[in-house]
Amino acid sequence: MGKTLVEKIWDAHVVKREEGFPDILYIDTHLIHEVTSPQAFDGLRKRGIPVFRPKQTIATADHNVPTLNQHLPIREELSRYQVDMLTKNTKEFGIELYGLGHPFQGIVHVIGPELGITLPGKTIVCGDSHTSTHGAFGAIAFGIGTSQVEQVFATQCLLQSKPKTMKIEVNGELKKGVGAKDIILYIISKITAAGGTGYFVEYAGSAIRSLSMEGRMTVCNMSIEMGARGGLIAPDETTFEYIKGREFAPKGEKWDEALAYWKTLYSDEDAQFDKVLTFDAADIEPMITYGTNPGMGIGVTQSIPPTSEQPESEQPSYKKALEYMGFTDGESLLGKKVDYVFIGSCTNSRLEDLRQVATFVKGKRKADDVEVWVVPGSKQVEAQARAEGIDKIFEEAGFQLREPGCSACLGMNEDKIPAGKYCISTSNRNFEGRQGPNARTMLASPLTAAAAAITGKVVDVREYI
Amino acid sequence: MKKFEKLTSRVVPLPIENIDTDQIIPARFLKATTREGFGDNLFRDWRFDSNNQPKADFVLNDPKYSGEILVAGKNFGCGSSREHAAWAIQDYGFKVVVSSFFADIFKGNALNNGVLPITVSEEFLEKIFAQVFANPEAQFEVDLEAQTITILATGESFEFEINPYKKSCLLNGYDDIDFILSHKKEIENFEQTRPFSFYR
Repeated sequence: MGKTLVEKIWDAHVVKREEGFPDILYIDTHLIHEVTSPQAFDGLRKRGIPVFRPKQTIATADHNVPTLNQHLPIREELSRYQVDMLTKNTKEFGIELYGLGHPFQGIVHVIGPELGITLPGKTIVCGDSHTSTHGAFGAIAFGIGTSQVEQVFATQCLLQSKPKTMKIEVNGELKKGVGAKDIILYIISKITAAGGTGYFVEYAGSAIRSLSMEGRMTVCNMSIEMGARGGLIAPDETTFEYIKGREFAPKGEKWDEALAYWKTLYSDEDAQFDKVLTFDAADIEPMITYGTNPGMGIGVTQSIPPTSEQPESEQPSYKKALEYMGFTDGESLLGKKVDYVFIGSCTNSRLEDLRQVATFVKGKRKADDVEVWVVPGSKQVEAQARAEGIDKIFEEAGFQLREPGCSACLGMNEDKIPAGKYCISTSNRNFEGRQGPNARTMLASPLTAAAAAITGKVVDVREYI
Repeated sequence: MKKFEKLTSRVVPLPIENIDTDQIIPARFLKATTREGFGDNLFRDWRFDSNNQPKADFVLNDPKYSGEILVAGKNFGCGSSREHAAWAIQDYGFKVVVSSFFADIFKGNALNNGVLPITVSEEFLEKIFAQVFANPEAQFEVDLEAQTITILATGESFEFEINPYKKSCLLNGYDDIDFILSHKKEIENFEQTRPFSFYR
């Protein structure tokens, strides 16, 4: 019997498989950041052991950094201490750091791919659940906790049981104004925020194939929002084209060797998935969320499903979510006033996202009472946006182009949405308080967010393009 | 890690689905660089209002309920991979979390910190809630060796599953690093025999 892509990569990384034990899985690349690593470094010190393979770990500061005046010392004391601690730890243990001020600094899931560190066939982990992003390249990539960060430091391996596999096919052509973000929000709305738990997902089908690498990263990024530890897409010419020539990508003979191997990375025709789901791209419209988990999403022209249609045991939680959001059963979101627009995060902060937004807003001006933050995913994205004049377009539109970091996606730094305010966000989570205590988040695509910035309300972006 | 001992305790009921790790411990409290003290901010925004006053209607502030077992609705621990969520639960004093469904990363993080996540059927979860709402003093027994959780008042018991390796880790207080380190030779051998030079 053939193998799925997940099985091919997984099996190539098993150091030891023993009945009754999880596999010892070899990790090619370990990405770390300031928030989930300090306790792991402490653990090494307590055990008196070094980082086993320091060259296979790359560090950046992203979660807790300001997005204004990054050249100045961080004002908030605890944040500064945490970022300084990363500098100290990486130095002590011999790990490369792309910290504040470094031209490669940025959101960990943006810089890995753009530097050619993320490659097909690799195993990649990071103490961050959105590590699934890297699966877009045909890698096994997943988020881990801090104890596991320490495990990888100590051994370059993880104890991990082989996951079940799920194939999600999206076939057909996407409609105008519909993009990668809408695809993934649509899938999650269909299978719920827990529908992928226990699985690694392989995305396939013509609509997925038609996406750029940036779009594929957006899709894989949100795999965790349906509970799936990871999501991946078999590499193809689009993938190889993206990787070729990047800073740390294989070159010369190594490139040829790599390419020959990467071309074998697909699920065999007779491979068995534990579950297969199929969707039609034509059914997808621009999506928006109305609740407090990413599964609570609807097409922008649809209305909020009534509480009575939810399973009885889940009705109290559903009601609580609508109350938190200030929405009611059966309501349409079209025309709802928006206070903040956040364009950023590891889901949608890449150059393609910024270009798309810039093309849409060029010559337009934001609505008066909306605050708009555009936070690029990395220094390289920021530099390229400036080189292309995107910064000018944003300035004329009244958008603030800030410096790279996770920013208002999780509101760890000072970029918080005030209590009770509505934010259309291109990020990945609409949990209660995620963007700040009592902030109300509506997740959407960069295009839908841009249209909200211009009109000051929730609109169907298709009417504006 | 401490050994997990057989436990008899009351339970704290939290019948809400999809409790994400941002609720368990909001991101703004992740700035600490040690593992201690997160219990103070467990369920911070459900537990305290914007003036840091306890919200009377939240279960952790309700003197009727206490215990070392937290019982929650399905898909507990979804969202972020922050192990701080498991640390907060442990630091607050919980040794067991019961739900009908756990998010993967949280489950692993809990196990790595000696907190036992017990997955029960929807039906048994309802029974636990019914029991504790009828009698907040009701006692429950968790026996990891036997893999059972029992409602002592009725004698009803549920046999839960756990990976045998993780079970022995909890019972003996071992962690994964000790285990993997004992296979270092095999790891080095794996590295040397791998064909893919382009990954180095």
